[in-house]
Amino acid sequence: MSRVASLYTMCPDAAAAERTVDALLSAGARREDITVISSEPFDRYEFGQHEKSRFMPWLVVLGAILGGTAGFLLVSLTTESYPIVTGGMPITPGWITGIITYELTMLAAILTTLLVLLLTAPLFRWKQEPYDVQVADGKVLVGINPQGDLPDKVKEVLKVCEDGAGGGIER
Amino acid sequence: MTTTPDQIKHDLINHDVINHDLLRPVGQASARFFLVVAMLGLVVLAGFSAWGYQLYSGIGVAGIRRPVFWGFYITNFVFWIGISHAGTLISAILRLANAGWRRPVTRCAEVITVFALCIGAMFPVIHLGRPWVAFWLVPYPNERGLWPNYRSPLVWDFFAIDTYLIGSITFLILPIIPDFALCRDKFSGWRKTFYGLLALGWRGTQRQWHRLETAMHIMAIVIIPVAVSVHTIVSWDFAMTPVPMWHSTIFAPYFVAGAIFSGIAALIVAMVFLRRFLHLEEYLPSVCFENLGKLLLLMSLLWVYFVFAERLTIWYGNQPAEVAVLWLTQKGPYRYLFWIMVACNFGIPFPLLAIKKLRTITGTCIASITVVVGMWLERYLIIVPSLSRKFLPYAWGTYRPTWVEITITAATFAGMALLYVMFAKLVPIISIWELKVGMREASESMPSVVAVSKARPTVSERSEHETVGFKNSHRVGKP
Repeated sequence: MSRVASLYTMCPDAAAAERTVDALLSAGARREDITVISSEPFDRYEFGQHEKSRFMPWLVVLGAILGGTAGFLLVSLTTESYPIVTGGMPITPGWITGIITYELTMLAAILTTLLVLLLTAPLFRWKQEPYDVQVADGKVLVGINPQGDLPDKVKEVLKVCEDGAGGGIER
Repeated sequence: MTTTPDQIKHDLINHDVINHDLLRPVGQASARFFLVVAMLGLVVLAGFSAWGYQLYSGIGVAGIRRPVFWGFYITNFVFWIGISHAGTLISAILRLANAGWRRPVTRCAEVITVFALCIGAMFPVIHLGRPWVAFWLVPYPNERGLWPNYRSPLVWDFFAIDTYLIGSITFLILPIIPDFALCRDKFSGWRKTFYGLLALGWRGTQRQWHRLETAMHIMAIVIIPVAVSVHTIVSWDFAMTPVPMWHSTIFAPYFVAGAIFSGIAALIVAMVFLRRFLHLEEYLPSVCFENLGKLLLLMSLLWVYFVFAERLTIWYGNQPAEVAVLWLTQKGPYRYLFWIMVACNFGIPFPLLAIKKLRTITGTCIASITVVVGMWLERYLIIVPSLSRKFLPYAWGTYRPTWVEITITAATFAGMALLYVMFAKLVPIISIWELKVGMREASESMPSVVAVSKARPTVSERSEHETVGFKNSHRVGKP
């Protein structure tokens, strides 16, 4: 057993990355410690599946409802706060309230989508490990950030998977 | 090490070649680029000077007079908002439809949306006599307790355009983030730092990819009704007013259809120039133009349908004020503009787009240029004749644009081109990662990838693939 902060190998393609991840799991690594980094999404592979979650659309719906409520209140409360003469017409017509409510519902949905992406992706975390610029050339990085001691067998797996295209780092 | 079929497929998508081809315009700037920027910049400068002159002298230097209070400025406003429908709407529809040929097109289109919206949104401000109070449209708490009049369609415009602009910028930025990361990894020096900041710490973990794709899917769903609402509301600026030929229920769909029509045309023109000047022939294949040409043909037919439906109803209704405006445009002093518009929007594009032999890149480009001209004329003919001939004779008048309005109008076209050129210099104009995904999917769907890999096509063979369709025109690396 040895203590490492970050260890990775570069795989030539997604299929090789999948095999590496399977080997790591078989060697005793925990799935949540394994990171797979690529220059394009690989939805159909097993390693991309466990990151999926279905909460994002529901958060957007929630944001949209809040935005719509804010739009409705903005129109209804502000027009009532300074009631101008409308010649007997309603001060807050439903048609007009609907337009503003609709636009602010959509605006809130857009902003919520952006916010959820930034927070859950997560972004704005510069210089996170592991990373290798060879990802830009189409290589797939399989790395491991162990929370505790790393079994030597896991390191062996990464060394075996190494095809010479990339280099593992150990810190 | 044994080469697996997966490895062969992976090698077919030559990342080095794609990265090199699509990052080349970002990394280099030729003398021609600076010359173009300088020329366009001069026209934009002239436009700002004209606006400055108008601010100094007053709105009277423009040609807008009673009763024609809306002239070139509002024509430009409607026109540019229409052009903005090129990107986000088309891109979102194609994304949701999972059209494979969309991949090289989407970013070119989304950029048009953002810049056209920015330019379009400037015109109500330019049109104001006192533009420094434009912020009064914004609903904010103030000491007098005054709020915008929500009954005004101009306030609806404010909400709709702002929502669309924020949505379009988000829709444009999201798929650029991985390409910024690519630029960060491929460039050095200040560029590395610059793109590193723009990449927002993107690494490409599977979680990031999943969140990004989900966000883009949600955005594609949300942005379509927003885009429709924007031009609907712009049409209501007119339709809510009892002015001859404006007060019509057909205006909303008519405007939306016209916006998509002009948007597709602008997109094709932009793509032709990008293809030519950035040497992106392999990445913007003819099939993209052919498919967009078909869409343009469809919208041309739809446009004719709306024009006929609108005019037939007015003619049959025989309301004197409405019929007066109708004949003003068809037989009166605006007849030349009207028939040029019909020729530009239907007469010329229809044969060019309907006949397969003519639906080439050149053919679709010519058709698109005429459509852009025709749609600008359409906006002009909707606004000016109706205002110049209202219900009572004391509200009749004429409109002639002044040099100030013409200069500002020319500057907006130059400004659009300038922004586009600058953007293409800073950001890969084709979404690189999406292109790679498309190529990988195409290679995975090939019947016998091993057979193909053994007989790697030459450059000439690749061009044959192009004629078949983009799905089969994958880049196979260096022969």
